Amino acid sequence: MDLLDVIQILDSTLRLATPLLFACLAGLFSERAGIVDIGLEGKMLASAFLSAAAASYTGNVWLGCLAGIGASLLLAAIHGVASITFRGNQLISGVAINFLASGLTVVVGEAWFGLGGRTPQLMGAGRFQEIDLPFAQEIRDVPLLGPIYADLLSGHSALVYIGLLCVPLTWWILYRTRFGLRLRAVGENPAAVDTAGVSVAGLRYAAVMICGVLTGLAGAYLATALSAGFVKEMSAGRGFIALAALIFAKWRPWYALGATLLFGLLEALGNRFQTIQVFDVTVPTQFMQALPYILTVVILAGFVGRAIPPRAGGEPYVKER
Amino acid sequence: MNDALPKWADIALIPLLNLTLALIVSGLVVLFIGEDPFEVLSLLVEGAVGSADGWSYTLYYATNFIFTGLGVAVAFHARLFNIGGEGQAMLGGLGVALALLYVPWPHWSLALLAAVAGAALFGAAWAAIPAWLQARRGSHIVITTIMFNFIASALMVYLLSRVLLVPGAGGSPETARFAAEANLPGIGDLYALLGWGCVERPIASVCRAPLNIAFLLALLASVGVWALLWRTRLGYEIRAFGHSEPAALYAGISPTRIIMMAMLISGGLCGLMAINAVMGEAERLVIDPVQGAGFVGIAVALMGRSHPIGICLAALLFGMLYQGGGYVEFDIPAISREMILVIQALVILFTGALDNMVRVPMEALFLTRRRPEPALPLTATRSDGDPKDRQVEP
Repeated sequence: MDLLDVIQILDSTLRLATPLLFACLAGLFSERAGIVDIGLEGKMLASAFLSAAAASYTGNVWLGCLAGIGASLLLAAIHGVASITFRGNQLISGVAINFLASGLTVVVGEAWFGLGGRTPQLMGAGRFQEIDLPFAQEIRDVPLLGPIYADLLSGHSALVYIGLLCVPLTWWILYRTRFGLRLRAVGENPAAVDTAGVSVAGLRYAAVMICGVLTGLAGAYLATALSAGFVKEMSAGRGFIALAALIFAKWRPWYALGATLLFGLLEALGNRFQTIQVFDVTVPTQFMQALPYILTVVILAGFVGRAIPPRAGGEPYVKER
Repeated sequence: MNDALPKWADIALIPLLNLTLALIVSGLVVLFIGEDPFEVLSLLVEGAVGSADGWSYTLYYATNFIFTGLGVAVAFHARLFNIGGEGQAMLGGLGVALALLYVPWPHWSLALLAAVAGAALFGAAWAAIPAWLQARRGSHIVITTIMFNFIASALMVYLLSRVLLVPGAGGSPETARFAAEANLPGIGDLYALLGWGCVERPIASVCRAPLNIAFLLALLASVGVWALLWRTRLGYEIRAFGHSEPAALYAGISPTRIIMMAMLISGGLCGLMAINAVMGEAERLVIDPVQGAGFVGIAVALMGRSHPIGICLAALLFGMLYQGGGYVEFDIPAISREMILVIQALVILFTGALDNMVRVPMEALFLTRRRPEPALPLTATRSDGDPKDRQVEP
């Protein structure tokens, strides 16, 4: 394996980590505010479908992306109403949202396009195009740094860079703004926030909606940048992997970047090496495909250190008991 | 809070209202894709229960859902959310196949015993790892069981395409057929025994219907789960643990033991679903024998209030939706099978997460209706009354 191979693998790592990163940051906002969100997967799937449908209809990927965010926001609102206003079980609400998305995308897709749940292939402006960073071509010939800049960092779609920018942005919002302080407080001790005269429900709705926007971006990226159109069940458990990455990252933004890059690397390796020989034994393809799921379990098993979730996570807030 | 509603309203009225809401929203979805919801509904009912043929398929599906619903419900009682029914049932299928492929059983009853053991054992084993991780390492059981679904399906593809594959099965990865002696008696055999004829129909015929003796096994399992939960020490401990973990701990109940036992039983019940689908229907192990029944179990357990009677009724309802849904798709191709997934999601949403949306107004309604009754002078003990009224209190 030479430098070019390594760069190619890292390049696809970055591509594959982006949807996980968006979803992971989405979960971070929601869980930091005390709302557990199992429904990341469903929101991502709904957004992937509607963004691909709108992009193929309008021919404009940005309109598609907006439509995707809209779909995700709608499901986020359902989750908010169920878990904040009606104090329902947040896990059950999330599971319902996942099923709702995987059913509706196929039912509506079949009715609109009649392609067995797919959307038409996206072409041209219907997809996110690759962006060349400035001077990428000029410094390509510089040894080591040249290929890293030109092949690894440059040449991704806009959403990859937006995703990377979201990491410092999330950090800044959470740790450097008043809103962020209150958001973290409402996930740890909502009664204290309430006593201070700040609306618990308002903050939690805000967090759930931010989560909706970010999962919307994740889904739009899946359907209009990573692939060219929607395919049934295309989120393939990424929402749950993002949740595991969130636990691995201990609910912190920069660590979330690291955790999602790790999962991205794993998926990239699985795609590149369909079969590996280990001591004369051929590791089957299916094992490589299951590897991200297995690693998720290993990480959740806590073999990577203790993770303490926000204290009020999953508990509906009752003003007076 | 719980006294606000009479018992009948709590166990019958509220689930019915939730179900109605879910069906109304489903109707809106049908309307949205340009079909007539009432036509769909009447076709659905006709297909599901309009004939003996329809009934036999409906009950076949219901059998699957009783098993998975009971599985999810046992975990629910310990306040554990087992979403891994799908994977556990797949592994149950593997257990059935291993029990039947390599031993020449002389009679179906012996084969059934072996298959039950295999299915329950493999299903429970697949639930054991997430259970242990939850009990000892605190890993979120919802995420680990979902991951185990994905791992199970990769494992099954591997086993079926590399290990258990029969040569010349026509390309689709599946095992050899089980021996004819191991075939479970089905509804067709019952008809033949009684000397009733059956009519050949294009989609469903009672003589070829997959309904089999596993249906009785499912009813037996329901009774078993009822006895376990409400008549044994373990069942009491499971419910106590689910009600309040600190209280259970204080009473000397070991959380690890309860989590493990509840999940093993849950996984075993989900695995038993394979008796119906793999041994009874397919008579060989195919690539996806579960067909989403593990997930339907969640909706069934929620609707059935985690009680075996409720579960049987909810399973019947979902059996109707599955069979009727296939019938509708035959007539109106625009309504695809995934419509059932939408209905299932809405049922979970309304009965599970948005329960308070119906419950709170209903409680208010029942309270206002009850209020005029204690107007008699001696029983006027309303807490919001004037302090002077309280002098009447005994």
